[in-house]
Amino acid sequence: MNRNLILGATLTAVFLLAALISFVWTPYDYAGLDIANKLQGPSAVHPLGTDHFGRDILSMIMVGARTSIAVALVAVGIGMGAGVPLGLWAAARRGSLVDEIIMRGNDLVFAFPAIVIAILITAVFGAGAINAIIAIGIFNIPVFARITRGAALSLWQREFILAARVAGKSAARISAEHILPNVANLLIVQGTIQFSLGILAEAGLSYVGLGAQPPVPSWGRMLADAQTMVSIAPHMALMPGFAIILTVLGLNLMGDGLRDLLDPRLRVART
Amino acid sequence: MLRYTAKRFLSLLISLAVASLVIFVVIEVAPGDPASFMLGMNAQPETLAALRTELGLDQSRLDRYLAWVGGMLTGDFGTSYTYRTPVTEMIGDRLWVSVPLAIYALALSIIVAFPAGIYAASRRGGAGDIGVMGATQLGVAVPNFWFAMILVLIFSINLRWFSAGGFVGWDKGLWAGLHALTLPAIALALPQAAILARVMRSSLLDVLGEDFMRTARAKGLTARQALWRHGLRNALIPVLTIIGLQFSFLLAGSIIIEQVFYLPGLGRLVFQSISARDLIVVESVVMLLVFSVIVVNFLVDLAYAAVDPRLRART
Amino acid sequence: MTLLTVSNLSLSIHGLHILDGVTFSVDPGEIVAVTGESGSGKSMTALAAMQLLPKGTTTTGHIMLGDDDLTQMSEAALCNMRGNDIGMVFQEPMTALNPVQSIGRQVAETIRVHDSSISRAEAEARAAETLERVGLPQERFPLSRFPHELSGGQRQRVVIAIAIALRPRLLIADEPTTALDVTTQAQILQLLTRLAREDGMGLLMITHDLAVVADMADRIIVMRKGQIVEQGETQSLLHNMQHPYTKMLFDASRHEVNLPEAPAPVPLLEVKDVCRDYRLPRKTLFGQPGQFRAVDNVSFTLNRGERLGLVGESGCGKSTLTRAILGLEPVQEGSILLDGEPVFTGTKPNLNVRRKLQVVFQDPFGSFNPRHRVDRLVTEPFHLLDTPPQGAERTRAIDEALTAVGLRPKDARKYIHEFSGGQRQRIAIARALIIRPELILFDEAVSALDVSVRAQILDLLADLCGHYDLTYLFISHDLSVVRSVTDRVLVMKSGQIVEAGETAKVFDAPQHAYTQALIAAAPVLPDLSQATG
Repeated sequence: MNRNLILGATLTAVFLLAALISFVWTPYDYAGLDIANKLQGPSAVHPLGTDHFGRDILSMIMVGARTSIAVALVAVGIGMGAGVPLGLWAAARRGSLVDEIIMRGNDLVFAFPAIVIAILITAVFGAGAINAIIAIGIFNIPVFARITRGAALSLWQREFILAARVAGKSAARISAEHILPNVANLLIVQGTIQFSLGILAEAGLSYVGLGAQPPVPSWGRMLADAQTMVSIAPHMALMPGFAIILTVLGLNLMGDGLRDLLDPRLRVART
Repeated sequence: MLRYTAKRFLSLLISLAVASLVIFVVIEVAPGDPASFMLGMNAQPETLAALRTELGLDQSRLDRYLAWVGGMLTGDFGTSYTYRTPVTEMIGDRLWVSVPLAIYALALSIIVAFPAGIYAASRRGGAGDIGVMGATQLGVAVPNFWFAMILVLIFSINLRWFSAGGFVGWDKGLWAGLHALTLPAIALALPQAAILARVMRSSLLDVLGEDFMRTARAKGLTARQALWRHGLRNALIPVLTIIGLQFSFLLAGSIIIEQVFYLPGLGRLVFQSISARDLIVVESVVMLLVFSVIVVNFLVDLAYAAVDPRLRART
Repeated sequence: MTLLTVSNLSLSIHGLHILDGVTFSVDPGEIVAVTGESGSGKSMTALAAMQLLPKGTTTTGHIMLGDDDLTQMSEAALCNMRGNDIGMVFQEPMTALNPVQSIGRQVAETIRVHDSSISRAEAEARAAETLERVGLPQERFPLSRFPHELSGGQRQRVVIAIAIALRPRLLIADEPTTALDVTTQAQILQLLTRLAREDGMGLLMITHDLAVVADMADRIIVMRKGQIVEQGETQSLLHNMQHPYTKMLFDASRHEVNLPEAPAPVPLLEVKDVCRDYRLPRKTLFGQPGQFRAVDNVSFTLNRGERLGLVGESGCGKSTLTRAILGLEPVQEGSILLDGEPVFTGTKPNLNVRRKLQVVFQDPFGSFNPRHRVDRLVTEPFHLLDTPPQGAERTRAIDEALTAVGLRPKDARKYIHEFSGGQRQRIAIARALIIRPELILFDEAVSALDVSVRAQILDLLADLCGHYDLTYLFISHDLSVVRSVTDRVLVMKSGQIVEAGETAKVFDAPQHAYTQALIAAAPVLPDLSQATG
């Protein structure tokens, strides 16, 4: 069995679970100030220590997982929801004006890194977690459109698609019935990768103040708070950092594992 | 080749035009009038009108867009609402930090990634491969700004090899400048190097499976000779794409990394401008960032043609 | 003294047995052909002689080149041997050359890698000489050419030049002409034979095509499932086949079927003055895009109950014509009528016509959606019907179609990967039959199959002709197949039909120069009943 997949799925499950549990229970109130116990290192009382306001870091990380996962998940949803149909459409009308417009549009969006989109949105509407979602989501659209189109184009050359066309099926129907199921594996794998990139991007945006705003806890903001304290309380920087690394690592390992599991070429090679 | 270049160049111009339009429109829909924001709530209507004229805000949107684009073409990015100084000057100073940082980081990531990727591919499935792949897996997962904080903690605060932040300026000499940019560049380069090494490896492995590699071996080349003479140049084609794409991530990353090291680059300029609602500066910096991404990708397209004779002939 | 001696060679990859006790030899100047169907181990035999085996291979036995045992040689010694003593030519010329290096450099590399004292200029001069030898004169094919600027046959000549640049003692050619057109194939085979004779070079030829072998080889080795079933001097082996497998292979290669009489001619498909143009990319930035006429003024009639063949080499426009008839692509000029109705009305394909038409494609692996079961795959054409059969009626239709092509009704619940290539082609035929079309197009439908499987599919076709009164258009590059399963034949070249007529007449007395060239180039098995010893 696939070690990457098991390790990755376990790590991902741990953080998903932490996020879910945080809705009903956290060790402490994540917003509860306790100045007397500020900047404590990890101990039995506070497993991951406390921050400069004496807040429990474990609790903040659990609630922060919620923000990270929510932002990344919605952003991947936006990217897939818009990108996959566009990619299918472009592939079905290969070489047409529609294809050209979609692909050039993709190139254009690629020139706007998520942070640039976030800067624009923030400059206009002010900061907030929604900005991060929109910015990361928009950047995901061309990623999914491109990968869908690429895979779909080679499928359109296959003879089973010709057979479906001979059977009188429309391009839309062929896309839904024959193309989409055959690119689904690829999209699942890319989805986990974009999910992990989304978590990284959200952390970065929140760190520079373009993402989640107080009092919503987020891993990126915890790191921003930690920056001035890094010499006296390194654990404030280390703990959220580990949370990000382990989540992203878990998702990436899961993506790799899924690819090995789902790729029929590899499956044939193994047997 | 000329046709190919011309076609790419045309597409570059269209991209720039559309990008500038998008940025202009987004900034236009921003609520609030910059003039009244600058003068405060109690401004006299006459002063307000005068300022609006001075800033060109009384013209039609089309005129303002054309003026903005026309200005940029001649290197004039307008006047900052807040500082009343030419934006070109403000950006110019910052570019001397941001551009060297991005190039430094890109160079570092290539220097690390190419050998690592080639090594892993040539030791496919072996301990070396597994080691390199594990390291890249970790490298991809580490947020660069967090890595930057850890670098500061170790090399600035504990070892005192580097200063924790700020930039001494190039007038102190090339070495001093590079020294100040080293930690930020390493932080920026880490995830990029990890991605690049992975792409290099998988691209090489794909090429190693090609028929012409077998032809090369049948000629009597050793596995190593075949890899260097025939594998590498073909493997470079997808790697170039990734380098082009990465440039946009590098820019994005540098905006964040500048915050960690208090570097006076474009990133800091843009955040100051956002909080001061100095939208003309935001607009110009964003346009500059997008411009550089588009231009870099144009250059990558040209590099493709240099590597791949099939492209020179076609299109 | 023998050049290459393979004795008792056994080989397995990750524990899977590929070769079993293979023993044979090649003399200097001798052409030895190894033949067999897929999975026979013939290609692995070639790679073993080069010692270019995949990772995880274990071998026993000996491969002696002169006095050296290749299985015992160090990697460095092997590298020295490859290209110097043994050269190799591969099947796929389109991918066998490095796309980013000029052909001159690739040929010169063989020379320089074995003797670095040779200057670059001298290596290039010798490369030019070698290219000249393989039929690529410098004035038309300078060293600076890149592979993408050459045709498949020309690329194969470059691959041969790379292999023979140092005049090796042995040349191994693994299916060197399988990917090429017949006329090109004939030229490449001639070239290989000439080189072997001129240099006194041993030639080990791997091919699935017995007809190619019979024409040029001095000796033949027949392999099956990793073992040599029979070997001997060509003429005596062919005239005195010992092993039943050799006989089967020989019979299947020249398999002929008996078609029932075609009924009185009543037009079914009428193709009139059809032209199909493609736009070429613009030559200059603002210039007019050029046009390429893939199908040029083609007219023919296919009568009900008739079996019509369409032959031509790659790029002749037969695939484009097929797509136009299927209504997959519009035509610029002319009309295509089925039963008097156009396949295209305006810009939309005509559904009424479509349901009278079905197709069987070449690739038994790519013709089916891997995610659907056989019952769903074969009923896809039901989409064309206004009231597709449901429930028990649908099951009956599936059962009948599967039974008709020699499969079992219970196969309907299986996925496509559970079937062999020949079985998949049967399923493709079942899919075409299920709506009882008036006309079936077979687009290279047996080209990807082994000869024994191909013979079975051809038998099935003849059988179905008897039961279903099939009318079909059989498109193929393989003349021998077309000859056996068609009543009439069209010969296509550069988008035009250059000759049409009764199959037997066209083959026996071709009128057009191109048809004559095609038929002359096609390798044929000797007629054993006439020849004696």
